[in-house]
Amino acid sequence: MDTLNSLADGFAIAITWQNIGLALLGCLLGTIMGALPGLGPSNGVAILIPLAFTLGLGATPSLILLTSVYYGAMYGGRISSILLNIPGDEPAMMTCLDGYPMAQKGMAGQALSISGIASFVGSFFATWGLIFLAPQLVKIALLFGPAEYFALFALAFATLGGVSSTNQAKSAFAAALGLGLAMIGVDTQTGVPRFTFGEVHLYDGIDFLVAIVGLFALSEVFIFLEHRHGNADASAKKVVIGRLTPPWSMIKRCTPTMLRTSFLGFLAGVLPGAGASLGSFISYSMEKKLVDKEGTFGTGDPRGVAAPEAGNNAAAGGALVPMLALGVPGSGTTAVLLAVLLSLNITPGPLLFSQNPDVVWGLIAALFIANFMLLALNIPMVGIFTRVLMVPPRILMPVVAMVSFVGIYGISGSTFDLLVMVGFGIGGWVLRKLDVPLVPIILGTLLGNAMESNLRRAITIDNGNWGTLIDSPLAIGLWSIAIIGFILPLIVGKVVKRGMRAGRDTAKDDENSLVD
Amino acid sequence: MTFKATRLSLAAALLGFTALGASAQDFMPEAPECIAPANPGGGWDFTCRQVGKSLQDQGLISKTMQVVNLAGGGGGVAYAEVVNKRDGDEDLIVAASTATATRLAQNAYPGNTMDQVRWLGTVGADYGVIAVDADSDINTLPDLLDMIKNDPTSVSVAGGSAVGGWDHLKVLIAANAYGVEDVRTVKYIAFDGGGEAVTQLLAGSVQAFTGDISEAKGFVDSGDIKVLAVLSPERLEGEFADFPTAKEQGVDAIGANWRGFYAPADISDEAYDGWVAKIAALYASDEWKAIMEANGLAPLDMQGPVFEEFVADSVQQIRDISTEIGIIQ
Repeated sequence: MDTLNSLADGFAIAITWQNIGLALLGCLLGTIMGALPGLGPSNGVAILIPLAFTLGLGATPSLILLTSVYYGAMYGGRISSILLNIPGDEPAMMTCLDGYPMAQKGMAGQALSISGIASFVGSFFATWGLIFLAPQLVKIALLFGPAEYFALFALAFATLGGVSSTNQAKSAFAAALGLGLAMIGVDTQTGVPRFTFGEVHLYDGIDFLVAIVGLFALSEVFIFLEHRHGNADASAKKVVIGRLTPPWSMIKRCTPTMLRTSFLGFLAGVLPGAGASLGSFISYSMEKKLVDKEGTFGTGDPRGVAAPEAGNNAAAGGALVPMLALGVPGSGTTAVLLAVLLSLNITPGPLLFSQNPDVVWGLIAALFIANFMLLALNIPMVGIFTRVLMVPPRILMPVVAMVSFVGIYGISGSTFDLLVMVGFGIGGWVLRKLDVPLVPIILGTLLGNAMESNLRRAITIDNGNWGTLIDSPLAIGLWSIAIIGFILPLIVGKVVKRGMRAGRDTAKDDENSLVD
Repeated sequence: MTFKATRLSLAAALLGFTALGASAQDFMPEAPECIAPANPGGGWDFTCRQVGKSLQDQGLISKTMQVVNLAGGGGGVAYAEVVNKRDGDEDLIVAASTATATRLAQNAYPGNTMDQVRWLGTVGADYGVIAVDADSDINTLPDLLDMIKNDPTSVSVAGGSAVGGWDHLKVLIAANAYGVEDVRTVKYIAFDGGGEAVTQLLAGSVQAFTGDISEAKGFVDSGDIKVLAVLSPERLEGEFADFPTAKEQGVDAIGANWRGFYAPADISDEAYDGWVAKIAALYASDEWKAIMEANGLAPLDMQGPVFEEFVADSVQQIRDISTEIGIIQ
């Protein structure tokens, strides 16, 4: 019971007025930053580093502040996904799929509170996972060589069909488009620039945030502009928030989903380089495969909201494992946290748990405290956030446009990115007209590079032998799941679809408004 | 960490600055700004933030240094911005490192060359290391290089930079010095950062690791990896003293990832000398020594014209080896 004793020591460190105040501040700021499109957890943490330094905080309080921001932002990302159909950050992308339809059905309050609960469950279990499994989980990360990573990404793409309910061919097209966009930039394996046209801004490739804000937020603004002259008032539905607390039956129905996806998301987070986006994505598509018998995912199923939220918050906790135990960041945000640790004279890595136990356990205790605070903040405050919906679109849309521009300029400080964002906005508007889902594009852009690099690493290491891709039991296992996940819906799908068609006609109205 | 090797040059440098007279000492930027040519969290970002904070703590600048992240093109976006738009801005310094010199040498900043800015000075260096898994049969650098010499396909070397980047070049410099005839055959696998590369070394996917000492330190302490050689001119001080240098194993290879700053061209000599003096004074302070130790930075002390010459030399060296391996024509 050493672990529990250490944890108790951690609570003794974390529970001071100053630390609790910092956690509260971090949770609040993080939630707000997560909710603003363009400002994600990594920017949120980066922005607050100077604050932590100028306050002259020690190692533990600084980490408490910054990880509270991190967890807070993971909670906050869902708010704009649900209310505006604009993901507040990358991992919250999947929450749009069912969250926005729920809001349109007048269940915004319930969507927000069930996703808040799912976020809590995800991070709660992830934090326990971090405590008990950190040393063992490092070994799992070590099982993944380049070939296994490639199989994992292939698995993610093979199950892509599950994400967009409308048209498989269109989602395949969108994924291919995303993969193509991922190829832009300097190729890390040869150092040769690809599709950059001599433009130095494109050397690092396209920033996912720029793509997301353009595709989701700006195209929303364009759609609004287009409708403004015609039936503006007709298209702006009367918003009904509905009740703020989900009925018990909904929570009960979502519980198995939350538990399963917490586990999946946590695993995705533990793998360096996979991160929260993959966590929420795999959670959603697996859950759809498992429980979506009636074809309600994508039309406002609460389980479709709970799955990605539990998944991405669990991944956020999981990503701390390789960061603390190996010094390898599992996501952009943990990369920033890693840099903070280094500047505080703490070397993360295999010895961190024995050399700086006060920091580690103080941090873990703070994660628990922050998590409970966030749950408490998010349930009563849901009412405040839903008010955003009451703002009429003619006021809301200019604000969205403004926040998008300011947010993106704030990240890179370059006007070139603004042009790219506008380009994506126009592209997104066209694609919406064509009924092409936008989520696979982002996934392609997000995962394409890592997938390609790992393929080429694996092949290079084995001197050009393609057999290396199926050389380990783990790789073979991943490939089998990928193939089954790809083929099964094609066979079973037909049977299910027949049954679905009957139910579909009634849901037709929702489907039409559900462009992505 | 003490500074035997550089103490003399430091003293010389300080003497030099007092001779510059009052003008350089009076220089005080109105609104000091530091461009970090990368996203928050990277090495450049922290060079800016740490130096900015320390300069202010020591009263070398009167106002808070504003840090601007201008990511893109591996520093190329910031470089172009400074050359094209910020020319003559005396309040501005920009974080740089060996990566900057490497990209300049390989013409990776389209249309830009190293003499379009003024190089101010270094604040330390991170020496390169070549390491293997703790359980590996390979025990010395010549052992590893012999394996590469005999059968290049048998050894995969992992590093955190792209092909042609600094981590890659370090292995090639060592292989070249050992007499591997065609360095192009050395199998290098690029990962996203040194941490990922070390992880793959531990996972057994690759046989060797090339990176900076700060990336390897945690894993050496935990006994997971063993350092074959550090690419420094002589053994480092303190906790790093156990690492053998490449040189003492008969491989004359040195690879230092320096961290420092440049400023826009066309600034007045007072401003240039002023910034150089401030960086030199910072480097000489005890506070900075503590920060260097905390961050695994080794001494490397060059300011002003000495530094400009050093950058020119390393650009030339990198250009030569890059031409040899066919990265540039």
